[in-house]
Amino acid sequence: MNTANNEKQWANEMKLSDFVCFEATAPDLQAGDRDTAIIELVSLLGQAGQLGKAKKSQIQKEVIKRENEASTGMGKGVAVPHVKHKAVKDVAAAIGLSHRGIDFSALDKQPVYSIILLVSPTENPDQHLQAMECVFTHLQREKFRKFLRQCRTPEQIKDLLLEADEDPTL
Amino acid sequence: MQSWRCMVEEDTLENEVVEAELEIRNVDGLHMRPAMQFVDIANRFESQITVSNDQTSIDGKSIMQISMLAATCGAKLRIQAEGPDARQAVKALRELVEEKHFDEPIP
Repeated sequence: MNTANNEKQWANEMKLSDFVCFEATAPDLQAGDRDTAIIELVSLLGQAGQLGKAKKSQIQKEVIKRENEASTGMGKGVAVPHVKHKAVKDVAAAIGLSHRGIDFSALDKQPVYSIILLVSPTENPDQHLQAMECVFTHLQREKFRKFLRQCRTPEQIKDLLLEADEDPTL
Repeated sequence: MQSWRCMVEEDTLENEVVEAELEIRNVDGLHMRPAMQFVDIANRFESQITVSNDQTSIDGKSIMQISMLAATCGAKLRIQAEGPDARQAVKALRELVEEKHFDEPIP
């Protein structure tokens, strides 16, 4: 969970549980399209108090704008929409799963089933990179992608991420 | 004998290995947009491209793997290209990373 502890120095190896907000996970996204999914995930982060003083609507708009510039659908059914904002204090991520799949104009043209949405502080680009490193380290593993897609409750998502943090093969 | 020598030369040409150390110079480091530029250029070449930091070596043509490097401003990466166009590949990547610094601001 994001501790929002400003004093915290991010170690080289960031863990999923350092920045994924467990209150902002949606194991069954109803959204049928990309923008609605983004709006829903940003809202969850807002409700969880992870957006600092930034306006929810502003972040939603900026994530969509960023996504329009170049898709973050990296292939293999995953997308990592993200934005940097000056009002955000620490990097925070929401996770959404779609069972029917969402068109993200992904690199491999396939639908996206797992979305990890990140908001990061503008002033700390290194923190953003370390969170991305962590996300992609796991997302590039087929086992992790499969397990994530199979989650049906927020608890299952949380358990999987905690397990992945401890298990270097997951 | 002549044909044997030709084979060797051809082989040598095809297997050229070129290495370089590149420093990340833009403030925001190798985040997704620069990573995509990198992969885009790497994929224009036939050569196999490997990128390494202190901890790991990855495929320079994979966006997911490049994103795993978390190369911050000032970080040094070793790139190795192996193949018929290895030299051109390294030259193009060096230009992108060090000269153009991904068309992003530097400190």
